[in-house]
Amino acid sequence: MTPTLSLQCLTKTYGAQRALSEVSVTVAPGERVALLGHNGAGKSTMMKIILGLIPFDSGDLQVAGAAPGTAEARRHVAYLPENAAFHPALTGLEQIRHYLSLRGESPSLAMDLLQRVGLGQAATRRIGTYSKGMRQRVGLAQTLIGKPRLLVLDEPTSGLDPVSRRDFYELLDGLAADGASILLSSHALTEVEARTDRILILSGGHLVAEGSLADLRRMAALPITFHVSPRQGAMAEVVLALPEAIASGGTLTLSCQQDQKLRLLARISDLGERIADIDVQPPTLEDIYGRFSKRAGQ
Amino acid sequence: MTRITATAETEFRIALRNRWVAMSIAMMALFALVLSAAGSSAVGTIGADRLSVVVASLTSLAVYLVPLVALLMSFDAIAGEVERGTLPLLLTYPASRPELLLGKLLAHLAILTLAVAIGYGIAAVAALAVDADAVAGLSSLWRLMWSSVLLGATFLGIGYAISALARRSSGAAGLAIGLWLGLIVLYDLGLLAAIIADNGGYFTTKVFPAALLANPADAFRLYNLAASQATSAAAGVSGAANTIPVWASLTSILLWPIAAFAIAIAAFRKVTP
Ligand SMILES: Nc1ncnc2c1ncn2[C@@H]1O[C@H](COP(=O)(O)OP(=O)(O)OP(=O)(O)O)[C@@H](O)[C@H]1O
Ligand SMILES: [Mg+2]
Repeated sequence: MTPTLSLQCLTKTYGAQRALSEVSVTVAPGERVALLGHNGAGKSTMMKIILGLIPFDSGDLQVAGAAPGTAEARRHVAYLPENAAFHPALTGLEQIRHYLSLRGESPSLAMDLLQRVGLGQAATRRIGTYSKGMRQRVGLAQTLIGKPRLLVLDEPTSGLDPVSRRDFYELLDGLAADGASILLSSHALTEVEARTDRILILSGGHLVAEGSLADLRRMAALPITFHVSPRQGAMAEVVLALPEAIASGGTLTLSCQQDQKLRLLARISDLGERIADIDVQPPTLEDIYGRFSKRAGQ
Repeated sequence: MTRITATAETEFRIALRNRWVAMSIAMMALFALVLSAAGSSAVGTIGADRLSVVVASLTSLAVYLVPLVALLMSFDAIAGEVERGTLPLLLTYPASRPELLLGKLLAHLAILTLAVAIGYGIAAVAALAVDADAVAGLSSLWRLMWSSVLLGATFLGIGYAISALARRSSGAAGLAIGLWLGLIVLYDLGLLAAIIADNGGYFTTKVFPAALLANPADAFRLYNLAASQATSAAAGVSGAANTIPVWASLTSILLWPIAAFAIAIAAFRKVTP
Protein backbone atom coordinates (compact mmCIF):
# COMPACT_ATOMS: atom_id res chain seq x y z
CA MET A 1 0.00 0.00 0.00
CA THR A 2 1.38 3.44 -0.88
CA PRO A 3 1.89 5.57 2.19
CA THR A 4 -0.30 8.64 2.70
CA LEU A 5 2.65 10.54 4.01
CA SER A 6 6.31 10.02 3.42
CA LEU A 7 9.22 12.12 4.62
CA GLN A 8 12.79 11.31 3.62
CA CYS A 9 15.74 12.98 5.30
CA LEU A 10 13.80 16.17 5.87
CA THR A 11 15.91 19.06 7.15
CA LYS A 12 14.78 22.53 8.12
CA THR A 13 16.76 25.41 9.56
CA TYR A 14 15.61 28.79 10.83
CA GLY A 15 18.66 30.93 10.25
CA ALA A 16 21.37 29.20 12.23
CA GLN A 17 18.85 27.24 14.29
CA ARG A 18 18.19 23.67 13.18
CA ALA A 19 14.53 22.82 13.69
CA LEU A 20 14.55 19.42 11.94
CA SER A 21 17.54 17.18 11.15
CA GLU A 22 17.15 14.43 8.56
CA VAL A 23 13.78 13.22 9.71
CA SER A 24 12.34 10.21 7.86
CA VAL A 25 8.82 9.02 8.53
CA THR A 26 6.12 7.18 6.62
CA VAL A 27 2.48 6.93 7.58
CA ALA A 28 0.23 4.30 5.99
CA PRO A 29 -3.49 4.71 5.30
CA GLY A 30 -5.56 4.12 8.42
CA GLU A 31 -2.57 4.51 10.71
CA ARG A 32 -2.70 6.71 13.81
CA VAL A 33 0.68 8.17 14.66
CA ALA A 34 1.55 10.28 17.68
CA LEU A 35 4.34 12.82 17.55
CA LEU A 36 5.91 13.48 20.94
CA GLY A 37 8.72 15.77 21.96
CA HIS A 38 9.72 18.53 24.33
CA ASN A 39 8.78 22.17 23.75
CA GLY A 40 10.68 23.35 20.72
CA ALA A 41 11.48 19.83 19.52
CA GLY A 42 10.16 20.65 16.06
CA LYS A 43 6.69 19.08 16.09
CA SER A 44 4.79 22.10 14.83
CA THR A 45 7.53 22.87 12.35
CA MET A 46 7.27 19.37 10.90
CA MET A 47 3.51 19.69 10.58
CA LYS A 48 3.68 23.07 8.88
CA ILE A 49 6.15 21.68 6.38
CA ILE A 50 3.86 18.74 5.66
CA LEU A 51 1.06 21.22 4.98
CA GLY A 52 3.25 23.26 2.68
CA LEU A 53 2.94 26.35 4.88
CA ILE A 54 6.68 26.77 5.29
CA PRO A 55 9.48 25.65 2.97
CA PHE A 56 12.13 23.09 3.93
CA ASP A 57 15.84 23.03 3.15
CA SER A 58 16.44 19.52 1.88
CA GLY A 59 14.92 16.09 1.77
CA ASP A 60 11.94 14.57 0.05
CA LEU A 61 8.29 14.86 1.00
CA GLN A 62 5.13 13.34 -0.47
CA VAL A 63 1.68 14.11 0.87
CA ALA A 64 -1.21 12.04 -0.49
CA GLY A 65 0.92 11.35 -3.55
CA ALA A 66 1.59 15.01 -4.26
CA ALA A 67 4.08 17.71 -3.32
CA PRO A 68 3.18 19.52 -0.08
CA GLY A 69 1.10 22.66 -0.44
CA THR A 70 -0.06 21.91 -3.96
CA ALA A 71 -3.77 22.12 -4.73
CA GLU A 72 -3.87 18.33 -4.99
CA ALA A 73 -2.26 17.83 -1.57
CA ARG A 74 -4.44 20.48 0.07
CA ARG A 75 -7.57 18.78 -1.18
CA HIS A 76 -6.72 15.63 0.79
CA VAL A 77 -5.24 17.05 3.97
CA ALA A 78 -7.02 18.51 6.99
CA TYR A 79 -5.18 20.56 9.59
CA LEU A 80 -5.80 21.63 13.14
CA PRO A 81 -3.31 24.36 14.11
CA GLU A 82 -1.66 24.53 17.50
CA ASN A 83 -3.82 27.43 18.67
CA ALA A 84 -6.92 27.23 16.53
CA ALA A 85 -8.17 30.79 15.97
CA PHE A 86 -11.18 32.11 14.11
CA HIS A 87 -12.75 35.46 13.43
CA PRO A 88 -14.49 36.45 16.66
CA ALA A 89 -17.35 38.20 14.85
CA LEU A 90 -18.54 35.01 13.12
CA THR A 91 -20.69 32.34 14.71
CA GLY A 92 -19.45 28.76 14.82
CA LEU A 93 -22.05 27.85 12.23
CA GLU A 94 -21.03 30.62 9.82
CA GLN A 95 -17.37 29.72 10.19
CA ILE A 96 -17.93 26.06 9.41
CA ARG A 97 -20.26 26.91 6.51
CA HIS A 98 -17.47 29.04 5.10
CA TYR A 99 -14.93 26.22 5.42
CA LEU A 100 -17.35 23.79 3.79
CA SER A 101 -17.73 26.12 0.80
CA LEU A 102 -13.97 26.49 0.50
CA ARG A 103 -13.71 22.70 0.20
CA GLY A 104 -16.54 22.57 -2.31
CA GLU A 105 -18.93 20.85 0.10
CA SER A 106 -22.49 21.85 0.85
CA PRO A 107 -22.69 24.47 3.65
CA SER A 108 -25.82 22.74 4.94
CA LEU A 109 -23.59 20.06 6.51
CA ALA A 110 -22.27 22.58 9.04
CA MET A 111 -24.77 21.92 11.81
CA ASP A 112 -24.17 18.20 11.60
CA LEU A 113 -20.40 18.68 11.94
CA LEU A 114 -20.84 20.96 14.95
CA GLN A 115 -23.10 18.44 16.60
CA ARG A 116 -20.46 15.75 16.12
CA VAL A 117 -18.04 17.79 18.20
CA GLY A 118 -20.69 18.71 20.75
CA LEU A 119 -21.18 22.33 19.72
CA GLY A 120 -24.78 22.05 18.55
CA GLN A 121 -26.05 24.31 21.34
CA ALA A 122 -23.55 27.11 20.79
CA ALA A 123 -23.55 26.96 16.98
CA THR A 124 -25.31 30.29 16.49
CA ARG A 125 -23.26 32.19 19.04
CA ARG A 126 -20.26 34.26 18.03
CA ILE A 127 -16.90 32.55 18.34
CA GLY A 128 -15.70 35.56 20.33
CA THR A 129 -17.87 34.31 23.19
CA TYR A 130 -16.54 30.72 23.07
CA SER A 131 -14.28 29.16 25.70
CA LYS A 132 -10.88 27.79 24.68
CA GLY A 133 -12.18 24.24 24.52
CA MET A 134 -15.11 25.33 22.38
CA ARG A 135 -12.79 27.06 19.92
CA GLN A 136 -10.73 23.89 19.81
CA ARG A 137 -13.89 21.99 18.89
CA VAL A 138 -14.62 24.38 16.02
CA GLY A 139 -11.10 23.54 14.88
CA LEU A 140 -11.84 19.82 15.15
CA ALA A 141 -15.14 20.19 13.32
CA GLN A 142 -13.42 21.73 10.31
CA THR A 143 -10.96 18.83 10.09
CA LEU A 144 -13.90 16.47 9.56
CA ILE A 145 -14.99 18.24 6.37
CA GLY A 146 -14.97 16.05 3.29
CA LYS A 147 -13.05 12.83 3.47
CA PRO A 148 -9.47 13.87 4.21
CA ARG A 149 -6.85 11.19 3.58
CA LEU A 150 -4.51 12.74 6.10
CA LEU A 151 -5.32 14.63 9.28
CA VAL A 152 -2.52 16.70 10.76
CA LEU A 153 -3.52 17.67 14.29
CA ASP A 154 -1.24 19.88 16.39
CA GLU A 155 -2.01 19.22 20.06
CA PRO A 156 -5.67 18.45 19.32
CA THR A 157 -6.66 17.68 22.90
CA SER A 158 -5.15 20.74 24.53
CA GLY A 159 -7.96 22.59 26.25
CA LEU A 160 -10.39 19.67 26.12
CA ASP A 161 -11.87 18.20 29.29
CA PRO A 162 -11.30 14.45 29.97
CA VAL A 163 -14.67 13.33 28.64
CA SER A 164 -14.24 15.37 25.47
CA ARG A 165 -10.81 13.87 25.01
CA ARG A 166 -12.25 10.39 25.06
CA ASP A 167 -14.97 11.40 22.58
CA PHE A 168 -12.31 12.95 20.40
CA TYR A 169 -10.24 9.78 20.23
CA GLU A 170 -13.37 7.80 19.42
CA LEU A 171 -13.94 10.19 16.52
CA LEU A 172 -10.39 9.53 15.36
CA ASP A 173 -10.84 5.76 15.61
CA GLY A 174 -13.81 6.04 13.27
CA LEU A 175 -11.84 8.13 10.78
CA ALA A 176 -8.86 5.77 10.88
CA ALA A 177 -11.17 2.78 10.39
CA ASP A 178 -12.35 4.50 7.19
CA GLY A 179 -8.75 4.65 5.99
CA ALA A 180 -7.68 8.15 7.02
CA SER A 181 -4.13 8.56 8.28
CA ILE A 182 -3.70 10.61 11.40
CA LEU A 183 -0.62 12.44 12.61
CA LEU A 184 -1.13 14.15 15.93
CA SER A 185 1.21 15.80 18.38
CA SER A 186 0.69 15.68 22.09
CA HIS A 187 2.26 16.15 25.50
CA ALA A 188 -0.19 13.77 27.18
CA LEU A 189 1.57 10.40 27.14
CA THR A 190 -1.14 8.35 28.76
CA GLU A 191 -3.84 9.22 26.23
CA VAL A 192 -1.53 8.74 23.27
CA GLU A 193 -0.50 5.32 24.54
CA ALA A 194 -3.86 3.67 24.22
CA ARG A 195 -5.11 5.56 21.22
CA THR A 196 -2.40 5.44 18.59
CA ASP A 197 -0.68 2.72 16.61
CA ARG A 198 2.77 4.22 16.60
CA ILE A 199 4.73 6.81 18.51
CA LEU A 200 7.44 9.09 17.12
CA ILE A 201 9.69 10.96 19.50
CA LEU A 202 11.41 14.10 18.30
CA SER A 203 14.19 15.63 20.34
CA GLY A 204 15.99 18.77 19.27
CA GLY A 205 14.87 18.21 15.69
CA HIS A 206 16.09 14.60 15.54
CA LEU A 207 13.77 11.63 15.31
CA VAL A 208 15.15 9.68 18.27
CA ALA A 209 12.65 6.83 18.56
CA GLU A 210 9.85 5.29 16.60
CA GLY A 211 7.56 2.34 17.24
CA SER A 212 4.66 1.02 19.26
CA LEU A 213 4.76 1.54 23.00
CA ALA A 214 5.91 -2.09 23.47
CA ASP A 215 8.76 -1.48 21.01
CA LEU A 216 9.80 1.67 22.83
CA ARG A 217 9.64 -0.11 26.17
CA ARG A 218 11.99 -2.78 24.85
CA MET A 219 14.35 -0.28 23.23
CA ALA A 220 14.50 1.89 26.32
CA ALA A 221 15.63 -1.16 28.39
CA LEU A 222 14.86 0.61 31.62
CA PRO A 223 15.22 -1.30 34.89
CA ILE A 224 12.24 -2.63 36.81
CA THR A 225 12.02 -1.58 40.42
CA PHE A 226 11.04 -3.89 43.32
CA HIS A 227 9.98 -2.64 46.74
CA VAL A 228 10.34 -5.40 49.29
CA SER A 229 8.92 -5.08 52.83
CA PRO A 230 10.36 -7.69 55.22
CA ARG A 231 8.31 -9.02 58.13
CA GLN A 232 8.88 -7.62 61.64
CA GLY A 233 12.34 -8.69 62.88
CA ALA A 234 13.36 -10.34 59.61
CA MET A 235 15.08 -7.26 58.17
CA ALA A 236 18.65 -8.40 58.88
CA GLU A 237 18.13 -11.79 57.27
CA VAL A 238 16.55 -10.31 54.16
CA VAL A 239 19.32 -7.74 53.77
CA LEU A 240 21.82 -10.59 53.94
CA ALA A 241 20.00 -12.52 51.23
CA LEU A 242 19.62 -9.48 48.98
CA PRO A 243 22.92 -7.63 49.37
CA GLU A 244 22.33 -5.30 46.36
CA ALA A 245 19.16 -3.83 47.91
CA ILE A 246 19.06 -0.31 49.23
CA ALA A 247 17.27 0.02 52.55
CA SER A 248 15.18 3.04 53.37
CA GLY A 249 12.68 3.14 56.19
CA GLY A 250 11.21 -0.33 56.56
CA THR A 251 11.54 -1.30 52.89
CA LEU A 252 14.26 -2.45 50.56
CA THR A 253 14.50 -1.20 47.00
CA LEU A 254 16.00 -3.28 44.19
CA SER A 255 16.11 -2.86 40.48
CA CYS A 256 16.99 -5.16 37.59
CA GLN A 257 16.81 -5.34 33.81
CA GLN A 258 13.78 -6.83 32.10
CA ASP A 259 15.46 -10.19 31.43
CA GLN A 260 16.57 -10.58 35.08
CA LYS A 261 13.07 -10.02 36.40
CA LEU A 262 12.06 -13.65 36.99
CA ARG A 263 15.43 -14.63 38.55
CA LEU A 264 15.17 -11.82 41.06
CA LEU A 265 11.56 -12.61 41.77
CA ALA A 266 12.52 -16.23 42.47
CA ARG A 267 15.25 -15.15 44.88
CA ILE A 268 12.80 -12.97 46.77
CA SER A 269 10.12 -15.63 46.94
CA ASP A 270 12.74 -18.09 48.29
CA LEU A 271 12.75 -15.94 51.41
CA GLY A 272 9.17 -17.10 51.96
CA GLU A 273 7.71 -16.17 55.35
CA ARG A 274 10.29 -13.47 55.94
CA ILE A 275 8.65 -11.20 53.31
CA ALA A 276 5.54 -9.26 54.28
CA ASP A 277 4.87 -7.59 50.93
CA ILE A 278 6.38 -7.01 47.51
CA ASP A 279 5.65 -4.31 44.98
CA VAL A 280 6.83 -4.47 41.34
CA GLN A 281 7.09 -1.25 39.38
CA PRO A 282 7.65 -1.36 35.61
CA PRO A 283 9.11 1.79 34.10
CA THR A 284 6.42 4.43 33.68
CA LEU A 285 5.58 6.09 30.39
CA GLU A 286 7.33 9.20 31.62
CA ASP A 287 10.48 7.19 32.30
CA ILE A 288 10.46 5.70 28.82
CA TYR A 289 9.74 9.04 27.24
CA GLY A 290 12.44 10.73 29.30
CA ARG A 291 14.94 8.07 28.23
CA PHE A 292 14.54 9.12 24.58
CA SER A 293 13.65 12.76 24.82
CA LYS A 294 16.67 14.55 26.13
CA ARG A 295 16.87 18.23 25.65
CA ALA A 296 20.29 19.73 25.17
CA GLY A 297 21.76 20.25 28.63
CA GLN A 298 19.27 18.02 30.43
CA MET B 1 -15.81 30.29 -8.10
CA THR B 2 -17.75 29.18 -5.01
CA ARG B 3 -14.53 29.69 -3.08
CA ILE B 4 -14.42 33.33 -4.16
CA THR B 5 -18.09 34.02 -3.50
CA ALA B 6 -17.95 32.20 -0.15
CA THR B 7 -14.99 34.33 0.90
CA ALA B 8 -16.77 37.47 -0.30
CA GLU B 9 -19.90 36.54 1.62
CA THR B 10 -18.00 35.91 4.84
CA GLU B 11 -15.97 39.10 4.48
CA PHE B 12 -19.13 41.11 3.87
CA ARG B 13 -20.71 39.63 6.96
CA ILE B 14 -17.64 40.48 9.05
CA ALA B 15 -17.66 44.06 7.71
CA LEU B 16 -21.33 44.31 8.55
CA ARG B 17 -20.70 43.16 12.13
CA ASN B 18 -17.70 45.45 12.50
CA ARG B 19 -19.90 48.39 11.47
CA TRP B 20 -17.68 49.06 8.47
CA VAL B 21 -20.65 49.02 6.12
CA ALA B 22 -22.63 51.46 8.26
CA MET B 23 -19.62 53.71 8.80
CA SER B 24 -18.64 53.95 5.11
CA ILE B 25 -22.21 54.70 4.07
CA ALA B 26 -22.69 57.26 6.84
CA MET B 27 -19.45 59.00 5.92
CA MET B 28 -20.28 59.29 2.22
CA ALA B 29 -23.88 60.29 2.85
CA LEU B 30 -22.95 62.94 5.40
CA PHE B 31 -20.38 64.61 3.15
CA ALA B 32 -22.70 64.45 0.14
CA LEU B 33 -25.40 66.20 2.17
CA VAL B 34 -23.04 68.89 3.39
CA LEU B 35 -21.78 69.53 -0.14
CA SER B 36 -25.31 69.70 -1.53
CA ALA B 37 -26.22 72.30 1.05
CA ALA B 38 -23.03 74.30 0.50
CA GLY B 39 -23.28 74.00 -3.31
CA SER B 40 -26.58 75.84 -3.41
CA SER B 41 -24.87 79.19 -2.80
CA ALA B 42 -22.60 78.82 -5.85
CA VAL B 43 -25.40 78.27 -8.34
CA GLY B 44 -26.14 81.13 -10.68
CA THR B 45 -22.72 82.67 -10.56
CA ILE B 46 -21.23 79.92 -12.74
CA GLY B 47 -24.17 79.38 -15.02
CA ALA B 48 -24.14 75.60 -14.81
CA ASP B 49 -27.01 73.46 -13.58
CA ARG B 50 -27.08 72.63 -9.94
CA LEU B 51 -26.13 68.95 -10.16
CA SER B 52 -23.06 69.66 -12.32
CA VAL B 53 -21.83 72.03 -9.67
CA VAL B 54 -22.41 69.46 -6.96
CA VAL B 55 -20.58 66.83 -9.03
CA ALA B 56 -17.57 69.11 -9.25
CA SER B 57 -17.39 69.49 -5.50
CA LEU B 58 -18.14 65.78 -5.03
CA THR B 59 -15.17 65.02 -7.28
CA SER B 60 -12.73 66.94 -5.13
CA LEU B 61 -14.27 65.30 -2.07
CA ALA B 62 -14.11 61.78 -3.52
CA VAL B 63 -10.40 62.17 -4.21
CA TYR B 64 -9.84 62.35 -0.46
CA LEU B 65 -12.64 60.21 0.89
CA VAL B 66 -12.80 57.20 -1.42
CA PRO B 67 -9.10 56.28 -1.05
CA LEU B 68 -9.38 56.81 2.70
CA VAL B 69 -12.39 54.51 3.08
CA ALA B 70 -10.77 51.91 0.80
CA LEU B 71 -7.52 51.94 2.78
CA LEU B 72 -9.37 51.74 6.10
CA MET B 73 -11.23 48.67 4.90
CA SER B 74 -8.22 46.91 3.43
CA PHE B 75 -5.22 47.61 5.66
CA ASP B 76 -6.25 44.84 8.08
CA ALA B 77 -7.19 42.26 5.43
CA ILE B 78 -4.01 40.19 5.62
CA ALA B 79 -2.20 41.61 8.65
CA GLY B 80 -5.36 40.93 10.68
CA GLU B 81 -5.43 37.29 9.61
CA VAL B 82 -1.75 36.96 10.48
CA GLU B 83 -2.24 38.53 13.90
CA ARG B 84 -5.36 36.58 14.78
CA GLY B 85 -3.57 33.40 13.72
CA THR B 86 -6.29 32.48 11.23
CA LEU B 87 -4.05 32.57 8.17
CA PRO B 88 -2.18 29.23 8.50
CA LEU B 89 -5.39 27.23 8.60
CA LEU B 90 -6.93 29.23 5.75
CA LEU B 91 -3.92 28.57 3.56
CA THR B 92 -4.23 24.81 3.99
CA TYR B 93 -7.62 24.97 2.26
CA PRO B 94 -7.85 24.34 -1.48
CA ALA B 95 -8.50 28.03 -2.19
CA SER B 96 -5.50 29.76 -3.80
CA ARG B 97 -4.16 33.09 -2.55
CA PRO B 98 -5.49 35.07 -5.56
CA GLU B 99 -8.91 33.51 -4.96
CA LEU B 100 -8.89 34.51 -1.30
CA LEU B 101 -7.83 38.04 -2.14
CA LEU B 102 -10.41 38.32 -4.91
CA GLY B 103 -13.11 37.26 -2.45
CA LYS B 104 -12.07 40.01 -0.05
CA LEU B 105 -11.92 42.52 -2.90
CA LEU B 106 -15.44 41.65 -4.04
CA ALA B 107 -16.86 42.17 -0.56
CA HIS B 108 -15.03 45.43 0.08
CA LEU B 109 -15.82 46.75 -3.37
CA ALA B 110 -19.51 45.96 -2.83
CA ILE B 111 -19.48 47.98 0.38
CA LEU B 112 -17.69 50.86 -1.28
CA THR B 113 -20.09 50.82 -4.22
CA LEU B 114 -22.99 50.87 -1.82
CA ALA B 115 -21.55 53.82 0.09
CA VAL B 116 -20.73 55.77 -3.06
CA ALA B 117 -24.14 55.06 -4.63
CA ILE B 118 -26.01 56.14 -1.52
CA GLY B 119 -23.88 59.25 -0.99
CA TYR B 120 -24.05 60.44 -4.58
CA GLY B 121 -27.68 59.39 -4.79
CA ILE B 122 -28.54 61.70 -1.93
CA ALA B 123 -26.73 64.55 -3.65
CA ALA B 124 -28.60 63.88 -6.90
CA VAL B 125 -31.98 63.78 -5.21
CA ALA B 126 -31.24 66.98 -3.33
CA ALA B 127 -30.20 68.77 -6.54
CA LEU B 128 -33.11 67.48 -8.61
CA ALA B 129 -35.57 68.48 -5.96
CA VAL B 130 -34.83 72.18 -6.32
CA ASP B 131 -33.54 72.48 -9.89
CA ALA B 132 -35.31 70.84 -12.83
CA ASP B 133 -32.30 71.56 -15.10
CA ALA B 134 -30.18 69.34 -12.87
CA VAL B 135 -31.07 66.38 -15.11
CA ALA B 136 -28.28 67.66 -17.37
CA GLY B 137 -25.76 66.75 -14.71
CA LEU B 138 -26.83 63.13 -14.36
CA SER B 139 -24.34 61.84 -16.92
CA SER B 140 -21.41 63.41 -15.12
CA LEU B 141 -22.72 62.03 -11.82
CA TRP B 142 -22.83 58.55 -13.33
CA ARG B 143 -19.27 58.98 -14.60
CA LEU B 144 -18.18 60.11 -11.17
CA MET B 145 -19.87 57.06 -9.65
CA TRP B 146 -18.14 54.34 -11.65
CA SER B 147 -14.80 56.12 -11.67
CA SER B 148 -15.06 56.41 -7.87
CA VAL B 149 -15.58 52.65 -7.67
CA LEU B 150 -12.47 52.13 -9.83
CA LEU B 151 -10.52 54.53 -7.63
CA GLY B 152 -11.72 52.56 -4.61
CA ALA B 153 -10.63 49.28 -6.21
CA THR B 154 -7.17 50.73 -6.78
CA PHE B 155 -6.77 51.74 -3.15
CA LEU B 156 -8.22 48.46 -1.91
CA GLY B 157 -5.50 46.68 -3.88
CA ILE B 158 -2.85 49.03 -2.51
CA GLY B 159 -4.25 48.45 0.98
CA TYR B 160 -3.97 44.66 0.62
CA ALA B 161 -0.40 45.01 -0.59
CA ILE B 162 0.46 47.19 2.43
CA SER B 163 -1.30 44.72 4.70
CA ALA B 164 0.70 41.80 3.32
CA LEU B 165 3.99 43.67 3.48
CA ALA B 166 3.50 44.98 7.03
CA ARG B 167 2.16 41.71 8.54
CA ARG B 168 1.12 43.65 11.65
CA SER B 169 -2.12 45.61 11.81
CA SER B 170 -0.49 48.56 13.55
CA GLY B 171 2.29 48.75 10.99
CA ALA B 172 -0.18 48.42 8.14
CA ALA B 173 -2.34 51.21 9.56
CA GLY B 174 0.65 53.53 9.77
CA LEU B 175 1.72 52.70 6.24
CA ALA B 176 -1.81 53.23 4.94
CA ILE B 177 -2.12 56.68 6.52
CA GLY B 178 1.34 57.60 5.29
CA LEU B 179 0.52 56.48 1.77
CA TRP B 180 -2.77 58.35 1.79
CA LEU B 181 -1.04 61.54 2.90
CA GLY B 182 1.70 61.03 0.36
CA LEU B 183 -0.39 60.20 -2.69
CA ILE B 184 -3.37 62.44 -2.06
CA VAL B 185 -2.03 65.48 -0.25
CA LEU B 186 1.74 65.82 -0.51
CA TYR B 187 2.03 64.59 -4.10
CA ASP B 188 -0.02 67.51 -5.44
CA LEU B 189 1.74 70.00 -3.21
CA GLY B 190 5.07 68.73 -4.47
CA LEU B 191 3.97 69.04 -8.08
CA LEU B 192 2.67 72.53 -7.46
CA ALA B 193 5.94 73.60 -5.90
CA ALA B 194 7.89 72.11 -8.79
CA ILE B 195 5.73 73.92 -11.35
CA ILE B 196 6.25 77.27 -9.64
CA ALA B 197 10.01 76.69 -9.51
CA ASP B 198 10.10 75.42 -13.10
CA ASN B 199 8.16 78.41 -14.47
CA GLY B 200 6.83 76.83 -17.65
CA GLY B 201 9.91 74.79 -18.59
CA TYR B 202 10.50 71.11 -19.38
CA PHE B 203 8.98 69.90 -16.14
CA THR B 204 5.68 71.67 -16.65
CA THR B 205 5.21 70.50 -20.21
CA LYS B 206 6.59 66.95 -20.08
CA VAL B 207 7.00 65.59 -16.55
CA PHE B 208 3.98 67.17 -14.94
CA PRO B 209 1.29 65.53 -17.15
CA ALA B 210 2.95 62.13 -16.75
CA ALA B 211 3.21 62.63 -13.00
CA LEU B 212 -0.49 63.46 -12.82
CA LEU B 213 -1.43 60.36 -14.81
CA ALA B 214 0.82 58.13 -12.72
CA ASN B 215 -1.07 59.00 -9.54
CA PRO B 216 -4.44 57.19 -9.49
CA ALA B 217 -6.10 59.97 -7.49
CA ASP B 218 -4.92 62.70 -9.82
CA ALA B 219 -5.93 60.69 -12.87
CA PHE B 220 -9.37 60.29 -11.34
CA ARG B 221 -9.71 64.01 -10.76
CA LEU B 222 -8.38 64.83 -14.23
CA TYR B 223 -10.76 62.44 -15.92
CA ASN B 224 -13.85 63.73 -14.17
CA LEU B 225 -12.96 67.38 -14.66
CA ALA B 226 -11.80 67.02 -18.24
CA ALA B 227 -14.85 65.00 -19.19
CA SER B 228 -17.19 67.70 -17.99
CA GLN B 229 -15.76 71.03 -19.13
CA ALA B 230 -18.67 72.85 -17.58
CA THR B 231 -17.38 72.13 -14.13
CA SER B 232 -13.72 72.87 -14.61
CA ALA B 233 -14.34 76.35 -13.36
CA ALA B 234 -14.97 74.93 -9.92
CA ALA B 235 -11.81 72.87 -9.97
CA GLY B 236 -8.52 73.58 -8.28
CA VAL B 237 -6.04 71.75 -10.48
CA SER B 238 -6.70 72.75 -14.06
CA GLY B 239 -4.57 74.90 -16.32
CA ALA B 240 -1.81 72.57 -17.45
CA ALA B 241 -4.14 69.64 -16.82
CA ASN B 242 -6.27 70.78 -19.72
CA THR B 243 -3.61 69.69 -22.15
CA ILE B 244 -3.92 66.04 -21.09
CA PRO B 245 -6.34 64.14 -23.34
CA VAL B 246 -9.31 62.37 -21.77
CA TRP B 247 -8.25 58.96 -23.11
CA ALA B 248 -4.98 59.20 -21.17
CA SER B 249 -6.64 59.77 -17.81
CA LEU B 250 -9.25 57.14 -18.65
CA THR B 251 -6.52 54.60 -19.41
CA SER B 252 -4.86 55.41 -16.10
CA ILE B 253 -8.00 54.92 -14.03
CA LEU B 254 -8.77 51.67 -15.86
CA LEU B 255 -5.27 50.23 -15.51
CA TRP B 256 -4.61 51.17 -11.89
CA PRO B 257 -7.09 48.72 -10.28
CA ILE B 258 -5.54 45.84 -12.23
CA ALA B 259 -2.00 46.90 -11.40
CA ALA B 260 -2.82 47.40 -7.71
CA PHE B 261 -4.42 43.98 -7.46
CA ALA B 262 -1.45 42.36 -9.17
CA ILE B 263 0.87 44.05 -6.66
CA ALA B 264 -1.35 42.84 -3.82
CA ILE B 265 -1.19 39.24 -5.04
CA ALA B 266 2.58 39.42 -5.39
CA ALA B 267 2.88 40.78 -1.84
CA PHE B 268 0.46 38.18 -0.45
CA ARG B 269 2.46 35.37 -2.07
CA LYS B 270 5.48 36.48 -0.05
CA VAL B 271 3.69 35.98 3.28
CA THR B 272 4.78 32.81 5.10
CA PRO B 273 2.35 32.02 7.90
N1 LIG C 1 9.42 31.32 12.67
C1 LIG C 1 10.45 30.85 13.35
N2 LIG C 1 11.63 31.51 13.32
C2 LIG C 1 12.70 31.05 14.00
N3 LIG C 1 12.70 29.94 14.74
C3 LIG C 1 11.55 29.24 14.82
C4 LIG C 1 10.38 29.66 14.13
N4 LIG C 1 9.40 28.76 14.39
C5 LIG C 1 9.93 27.83 15.20
N5 LIG C 1 11.23 28.11 15.46
C6 LIG C 1 12.15 27.30 16.28
O1 LIG C 1 12.13 25.97 15.81
C7 LIG C 1 12.16 25.06 16.90
C8 LIG C 1 10.99 24.12 16.81
O2 LIG C 1 9.78 24.80 17.08
P1 LIG C 1 8.38 24.10 17.05
O3 LIG C 1 7.34 25.15 17.13
O4 LIG C 1 8.33 23.19 15.89
O5 LIG C 1 8.38 23.26 18.39
P2 LIG C 1 7.26 22.27 18.99
O6 LIG C 1 7.86 20.93 19.04
O7 LIG C 1 6.00 22.43 18.25
O8 LIG C 1 7.10 22.85 20.47
P3 LIG C 1 5.82 22.95 21.44
O9 LIG C 1 5.68 21.66 22.13
O10 LIG C 1 6.19 24.02 22.39
O11 LIG C 1 4.65 23.31 20.59
C9 LIG C 1 12.18 25.91 18.16
O12 LIG C 1 13.50 25.99 18.61
C10 LIG C 1 11.69 27.25 17.72
O13 LIG C 1 12.27 28.27 18.47
MG1 LIG D 1 4.15 23.10 18.71
